[in-house]
Amino acid sequence: MIDSPILETRSLGKRFSIGIRFSAEGKRTVHAVDNVSLTVRRGETVGLVGESGCGKSTLARCLVRLYDISDGQLLFEGDDITSKSLSELRPLRRRLQMVFQDPSASLNPRRRVGDLVAEPLRIHGKLSSREITARVAELFDLVGLQPDHVMRYPHEFSGGQRQRVGIARAIALNPDLVVLDEPVSALDVSVQAQIVNLLADLQEKLNLTYIFIAHDLSVVRQVSTRIAVMYLGSIVEEGPAEEVFAAPAHPYSQALISAVPVVETTPNGMRKRIILTGDVPSPLNPPSGCRFHPRCPIAVERCRSERPELREYRPGRKVACHFPTT
Amino acid sequence: MILSVRDLKVSFRTNDGLVRAIDGVSFDLEESEILGVVGESGSGKTVSLLAVMGLITDPNAIIEGSIRYKDRELVGLPARELRRLRGNEIAMIFQDPMTALTPVYTIGWQIAEQIRAHRNISKAKAMERVEELLAEVNFPNPHEAMSRYPHQLSGGMRQRAVIAMALSCNPALLVADEPTTALDVTVQAGILDLVRKLRATHKSAVVFITHDMGVVSELADRVMVMYAGRVVERGTRTELFSDPRHPYTRALLGSIPPLTGEKPRRLPAIPGSPPSLLRLPQGCAFGPRCPVQYEPCVADKPDLRGGTHAAACYRVAQA
Repeated sequence: MIDSPILETRSLGKRFSIGIRFSAEGKRTVHAVDNVSLTVRRGETVGLVGESGCGKSTLARCLVRLYDISDGQLLFEGDDITSKSLSELRPLRRRLQMVFQDPSASLNPRRRVGDLVAEPLRIHGKLSSREITARVAELFDLVGLQPDHVMRYPHEFSGGQRQRVGIARAIALNPDLVVLDEPVSALDVSVQAQIVNLLADLQEKLNLTYIFIAHDLSVVRQVSTRIAVMYLGSIVEEGPAEEVFAAPAHPYSQALISAVPVVETTPNGMRKRIILTGDVPSPLNPPSGCRFHPRCPIAVERCRSERPELREYRPGRKVACHFPTT
Repeated sequence: MILSVRDLKVSFRTNDGLVRAIDGVSFDLEESEILGVVGESGSGKTVSLLAVMGLITDPNAIIEGSIRYKDRELVGLPARELRRLRGNEIAMIFQDPMTALTPVYTIGWQIAEQIRAHRNISKAKAMERVEELLAEVNFPNPHEAMSRYPHQLSGGMRQRAVIAMALSCNPALLVADEPTTALDVTVQAGILDLVRKLRATHKSAVVFITHDMGVVSELADRVMVMYAGRVVERGTRTELFSDPRHPYTRALLGSIPPLTGEKPRRLPAIPGSPPSLLRLPQGCAFGPRCPVQYEPCVADKPDLRGGTHAAACYRVAQA
């Protein structure tokens, strides 16, 4: 079962209408996610990277059906769950969980963390209250919190500990897939590594599949087996994490990776940097052809008119560019 | 010497007792030098620079020590004289550009206002200067940008506008507090490039505060690492990154996942979390998280000794 897809999207899209009632333009639509086909296999970690506004968080929310899907299909273990009703989704919810960026925003400040972790067990499980207490203690141990912490309130914890609570809650029901939306971005640098390690340990112990979203590319590389680079709502490159980082094929991935500041120990060992001009265009009014062409250093006439499809140009490596670097 | 800070201490009176946010920070800054200040939240990197700017107005704050800017003592300087310096000779850029821009005026108006607050020139002349400045910070269409409101610009462009404002009076000292933290890496790369260029053209000295070791290693000439209100290590960029001495600096560098080469199976993480300033240990504040802590570290706080490259650590002093 190692290679069977656990989650699959087929040309998935999410549109939002921004109806400014009294504006001259009238109702307009934003394609936040556009034509995304992604396969996630059991036990792997797929990293989603891209700049703010590229649609990675929207995609994540579509994947766990927190958002309704506008176009295309979403399959969980081969089963089409695109338009399942909330009651039909319920048994699936326990298998598809999510961890959010800011643990202080996702934890109710007025409830004890023990209760917060027990809540999914009460809703979904058929456990007695004694079994729930035992399971909460077990979960606290798994995520590296002290047993007596159950009585505390979220504000009594540091950011790292709060994120541990968020993780304990997400894994309480033994999920198969966890979508992690920027789980370490709000944490102090010295604490990030602890959480990254904890996630790796849990994945191994519980046989979890992760979809990991972060804007910190070195963290994504550390945790991911495969990565997908998004630009303006679509995937522009996909492949094994280390390969993509070592030799990105899409000009956007190249610019993105080259922009990451890294610690240089040699005095003059500066890497070559590709600086993109201009801003990410508005998804309300995306450019014609390849959506990256206005900022692309190698764009030609064809890129302005013809939109490149995401295609497999080499086994395991996909790119949406007419002229990928190979 | 542009700036010379000696034994700066900043404390706040709170309901839970006196909190010492800065405990004896000293550093010097030369003309057109970039000093990188690295630390986590609560390390005191922002408070120490707010003190330099004279922006700590909390009546419960106690500021001790000396801050000399071009041989003028800033601690205790009347607000009116500080205002004359700030925005003129000393400028500051913050993490969130929206806090420095008013949403109800155009970018051009705001920058012109800043120029006219310090220079006695006509509005038309000020507007000309604004256009030059916006071109300098790489606005693609400076003339058009002048009539834009902040909400019409992207985060990166807003930060450029704030940088243009900061540069409007040719400051001798520019303090940048996490100016790229809220930005995407591709935008960050452009801003860092800009800071380097401006240092060269304006000869401004820059203090760049960040939590990102990578940013510091690309930008700074000298680096200061802070932890719990004290400087734990300082040195030139090369000294600090090729030979980190303080266990905190070493651990912090070690816990950053590499972008190239072999992936470690597990990251060498620092246990625990940064201490609360209300409950600092008597000895070294990093002690409880330190892998090489021993008896002297518990009893007393180690000091930063002289030399360009120095670490406040008993183990380093002993070696």
